[in-house]
Amino acid sequence: MAEVTITPPAPENAEQADHSALHRTLFIGMAALLVVLPFIPVIGYPFFLMKVLCFALFACAFNLMLGYGGLLSFGHAAYFGFAAYVAAYTAKHWGLTPEVSILLGTGSGAVLGLAFGALAIRRQGIYFAMITLALAQMVYFFSLQAPRFTGGEDGIQAVPRNALFGVLPLGNDTTTYYLVAVIFFVGVLLIYRIIHSPFGQVLKAIRDNEARAVSLGYRVNQYKLAVFVLSASLAGLAGATKAIAVQLASLTDVHWSMSGEVVLMTLVGGMGTVFGPIVGAAVIISMQNFLAGLGAWVTVVQGVIFVICVLVFREGIVGVIGKWLKKPL
Amino acid sequence: MVGTTDDIILQTRGLTKDFKGFTAVSEVDLAVRRGTIHALIGPNGAGKTTCFNLLTKFLIPTRGTITYKGQDITGAKPADIARLGLVRSFQISAVFPHLTVLENVRIALQRKRGDSFDFWNSEQVLKALDGEAARLVEAVGLAEFSRHQAVELSYGRKRALEIATTLALDPEMMLLDEPMAGMGHEDVDRISELIRRVSANRTILMVEHNLSVVASLSDRITVLARGKVLAEGDYATVSKDPLVIEAYIGAGHG
Repeated sequence: MAEVTITPPAPENAEQADHSALHRTLFIGMAALLVVLPFIPVIGYPFFLMKVLCFALFACAFNLMLGYGGLLSFGHAAYFGFAAYVAAYTAKHWGLTPEVSILLGTGSGAVLGLAFGALAIRRQGIYFAMITLALAQMVYFFSLQAPRFTGGEDGIQAVPRNALFGVLPLGNDTTTYYLVAVIFFVGVLLIYRIIHSPFGQVLKAIRDNEARAVSLGYRVNQYKLAVFVLSASLAGLAGATKAIAVQLASLTDVHWSMSGEVVLMTLVGGMGTVFGPIVGAAVIISMQNFLAGLGAWVTVVQGVIFVICVLVFREGIVGVIGKWLKKPL
Repeated sequence: MVGTTDDIILQTRGLTKDFKGFTAVSEVDLAVRRGTIHALIGPNGAGKTTCFNLLTKFLIPTRGTITYKGQDITGAKPADIARLGLVRSFQISAVFPHLTVLENVRIALQRKRGDSFDFWNSEQVLKALDGEAARLVEAVGLAEFSRHQAVELSYGRKRALEIATTLALDPEMMLLDEPMAGMGHEDVDRISELIRRVSANRTILMVEHNLSVVASLSDRITVLARGKVLAEGDYATVSKDPLVIEAYIGAGHG
């Protein structure tokens, strides 16, 4: 996605010195790309682009936890989907403006993340993943059994795009696209900042060697919970934005296969890289979109790509490019 | 044998750890005097590492108490005792492999800021710690590697990095788990020298297999065998103790 000119590699001794210049270039390139994307033929459908951006933000939120916190959650659909319901419901039934609906959705992701995270961080590895999955399944069954709130099997359809801040009408898809693009960009910048903050340093230390972080006096569970809540909030932001942009919140958003899909996007793009999940989400959503004619075979194609990814380039697309350039991307 | 209680920085009474019917550590009374290098030795399976993990709270004792600076820390959590100034190293070199050498040390210095939950701040605020981190990295002879990822270092250098990281906390007491394990001769000499240097104004308790290192570094030695204290004293006393000689030969150590 980020097709920008890359500055030539620095001389060997200055290697690892400071990658912030490169990252800044990439972010500027990404911003420019976001502006012009709707005008590019074939892929320039705002509706499709909005979907890509929402899932890209979702994958970035997930990657914050997996790639930088070393925590594999298998229930991230819960925060994404529940926030989508909250945003859709408040926009449709309470007539709230998009920014308030999205904020409420994000908040619901945070609350859910705090409750689930507090339980899940008591265990590690596969047990952690299983607890997150079990809790997410509870959200799924709640969504199925509470049609008054979620619309049950139908979901919440025809979510209105009310005027932004009560004054700016989100008339067509293109206007809405730019709102989504701004939310996406700010979200990714926030994640970038989290990764490159004093908090992010401790997070990476815990990922690398938890026992050692403990022996240095870090109360690692508090850090894990904090990153869990941040990741769930950002997943909620993505889900809530999606509900307003695509005008639909449905059971698909809270289904476990959605949790699987975000793992797939992150691994294909490159776990533990800033830009990887964005590329991964673009690849997966594009495949679903442009190979839709294949019907159920899309899943098979996805599966094959996933297997190839894991076997051939485990670092993911961006991970491999980063390794090749000898720079973390 | 034991001086006034003021002198004792770390003390255990009746420390015991049972693993499902097997007693790894049994009724150990240990007293480490402030400012000394105290070694814990013994043949394989003597319970040294278990004892060590009990002291650093990575294991919970079945019975007995641990007192650090007059404070009962038997029920404390591992992160909490680190905050009291009692910091451990690990037998398998414990670095943060994907952080640079400088960052490894800095993450310890970062503890001075208190908790680092400030995800909204740029890591530029940590640059203030770089100078001190660089000094510590240089002190252990790793200056030329400071921008390399720790995973790229040789084994001996990883151990040196680990000591630098531990030192960054400026701990009152350091617990070193087999600092020389798996090292070549040159590394052993370098790390010995480093331990001697950093032992000024500090108390060190170490578990170590290399008896010549123990002989040259330690002020006091406690010998463990089958989970019990067999002998205690300086090297000359301990090495002549018939029980100790028997334990070592009996366990297949010459």
